[in-house]
Amino acid sequence: MLLRRKSMALMLMAVVLLAGLLQGCSGKADEQDGPGTELVLWTFNELHEKFFLQMADQWNQLHPDEPIILKANTFPYDNHHSKLSIALQSGVGAPDIADIEVNKIGNFLKGIPQLVPLNPVIDPELKNIVPSRVQIYGKDGKYYGIDFHVGAEVMYYNKEILDQAGVNPDSIVTWADYAASGKQVLAKTGKPMATVETNDLWNYWPMISQQKSDFLDDKGQLTLDNETNIKTLEFLQQMVKDKIAIPAPGGGHHMEEYYGFMNKGGAASVWMPMWYMGRFTDYMPDLKGKIIIRPLPAWEKGGSRSAGMGGTGTVVTNQSKHQDLAMRFLAFAKLSKQGNVEIWKQLGFDPIRSEVWTMPEVKAKNKFTDYFGTNIFDTLIEVKDEINAVHIGPKTPDIASAVRNKILYRTLLNGEDPATVLHELADELR
Amino acid sequence: MATPVHTNANVPTGQPPKPQRPTRSRWSRFIHSSRTAPYVFVLPFLLSFALFFAYPVISTVIMSFQEVLPGITTYVGLENYKDLINPTFGKAILNSVLYTLLTLVVLIPLPLVLAVLLNSPKMPGRGLFRSVMFIPALTSVVVAGTIFRLMFGELDGSLMNSLLGAFGLEPYKWLMNANTGFLALIVLALWRWLGVNMLYYMSGLQNIPPELYEAAQIDGASRFDSFWRITIPMLKPVTIYVFTISIYAGLSMFTESYMLWNGNNSPNDIGLTIVGYLYRQGLEQNSMGFGAAVGIVLLVFTLLLNLVQLKFFGLFRKED
Repeated sequence: MLLRRKSMALMLMAVVLLAGLLQGCSGKADEQDGPGTELVLWTFNELHEKFFLQMADQWNQLHPDEPIILKANTFPYDNHHSKLSIALQSGVGAPDIADIEVNKIGNFLKGIPQLVPLNPVIDPELKNIVPSRVQIYGKDGKYYGIDFHVGAEVMYYNKEILDQAGVNPDSIVTWADYAASGKQVLAKTGKPMATVETNDLWNYWPMISQQKSDFLDDKGQLTLDNETNIKTLEFLQQMVKDKIAIPAPGGGHHMEEYYGFMNKGGAASVWMPMWYMGRFTDYMPDLKGKIIIRPLPAWEKGGSRSAGMGGTGTVVTNQSKHQDLAMRFLAFAKLSKQGNVEIWKQLGFDPIRSEVWTMPEVKAKNKFTDYFGTNIFDTLIEVKDEINAVHIGPKTPDIASAVRNKILYRTLLNGEDPATVLHELADELR
Repeated sequence: MATPVHTNANVPTGQPPKPQRPTRSRWSRFIHSSRTAPYVFVLPFLLSFALFFAYPVISTVIMSFQEVLPGITTYVGLENYKDLINPTFGKAILNSVLYTLLTLVVLIPLPLVLAVLLNSPKMPGRGLFRSVMFIPALTSVVVAGTIFRLMFGELDGSLMNSLLGAFGLEPYKWLMNANTGFLALIVLALWRWLGVNMLYYMSGLQNIPPELYEAAQIDGASRFDSFWRITIPMLKPVTIYVFTISIYAGLSMFTESYMLWNGNNSPNDIGLTIVGYLYRQGLEQNSMGFGAAVGIVLLVFTLLLNLVQLKFFGLFRKED
């Protein structure tokens, strides 16, 4: 009997220990205190998490009658999207609110989306926001996500290098001017004018978007190997061959190697979306005060000088028990004037609500104005009507993967013929 | 099992003792029965096997004939298997097979030789070397992959490029090229698994009777003869084991490549493996049905390859 009791006690202890261990492994979400309705949020970006928690505090101050307790979790990018996709497929375990990156949204729009249409909060605000930033998360007239930013593509010039080469950035109007100035920079300073990504989309995609082309058309048909896309890739390849542009060290503009290279004044410019500002301030501190922001060169005079690139849509899942509250909180955080000012102040993104761009709040001193000067939004206002919508569909994740892994590598690094590579990959994707 | 008959000491003598009802309940008799006991003991295994292996495998087989979309699941017959005939999957298979072959080439002879060296009493500092060789196996592959990515980085200051620089050579983009990318993968595998395989061989070496070597020495065998004619044949069971697990490990490799290229996106898919393709299709592209088909092909492929090699090594032959 004694033996049995002992073993029972040992087993109990083991169970308690195991439970404690599992509890420890499960990690703890950041959350608020106090009474209220609990909403769970999943994201892949710690800064997004901080932003939402702060917006929940503001919500609770303004809505004392229906407070929320936001439980926020940040997972690594791939992990987050896989976890969310499995939770939605299996019908259990999904959070109330979740971030979905634009390259991944196609997966979630396949079949019957397991997301709540946000039209009740988006429709009344459509005239105040850049519509394409909700359209990319839409299907059949329903909008499922709201973006953080416009993602306007701009040119970041290193003024110091341009001055050495005697190039005036404001005289660069077209891509042909850009290439010509590149030759001058190379001749005078020995440095390349630009770096181009061979493992990501933020150089090639805006260049074709500027010309109203895309990887998919508005009906979701593959246009990856159309004439414009081939010509544009040929242009990029020529710049690399002429050494005006070099493949970005490490393959892309988010690599440790690249930050180190650029921080030392490795190239005279780089074209990336406005959300890239944070990478300059955080990873390339030595360039502070040397970088100026200008619109992209157009393909011909009067053509589009920007493109909306990247983005993270926040969605409400159909498993949420508080769909209405989650939707209204999301609208407060990402559609309201207050929320959009916070998006700029906290995240340094170009918010989707255009009236915010002229507000004094966005001119106020912060780490971005310290680094780039106070006229950041002037560039955005200049190009706001020149941003064409990109077409996102179920095939987008597949196409993005092909462009990242194969097309750019084979044409820009291996020097293969752009038309052949694009036709080959397009056939494979069809 | 016979039921014990209890006698009652208080029963007056002269009367035949009444047989008492057994005190054990039906449940107690059931679990103490020698007929049921074996089933009870193997039940946890059977349950976990059914729950964590049989059920997922059967579901995967079913899923491989379906198109699984959010909210809609439809049977598509052999469509997923037909779609598998594409250059990207071909490349993934080629990479996985090449990786497996290359790891076999380095991860069997090298640990064998090292084990023999470290097993020799004449080797100085063998305790230290044994521990040092084993430490990488304890390191997380995520950490190791990240460190190797930096070592094989393309800047002048990365370890490999510093070595090139010492010989006056230009820095090289190691991970952008298929050959050198594979070199990094193999070096990583070697660094991680050398110690483990060495440990298997060392345990095998301990089991070889020293008399065999003594007899060989008396017969005038050289060191090499002893190694070739005694050590290697006596280590055959260990070699077959290492061979089998290396084939399995090679074909299922994913994390090393994922970490080395900072994601499942190596340039021109030079580091894409079968599991990487499964991950890309099943999770990154949300095509669960297609991913399941990749998984089934991998299962069949690994099974066939291991059966062939076990047959080749004579493992199915009857013991003499």
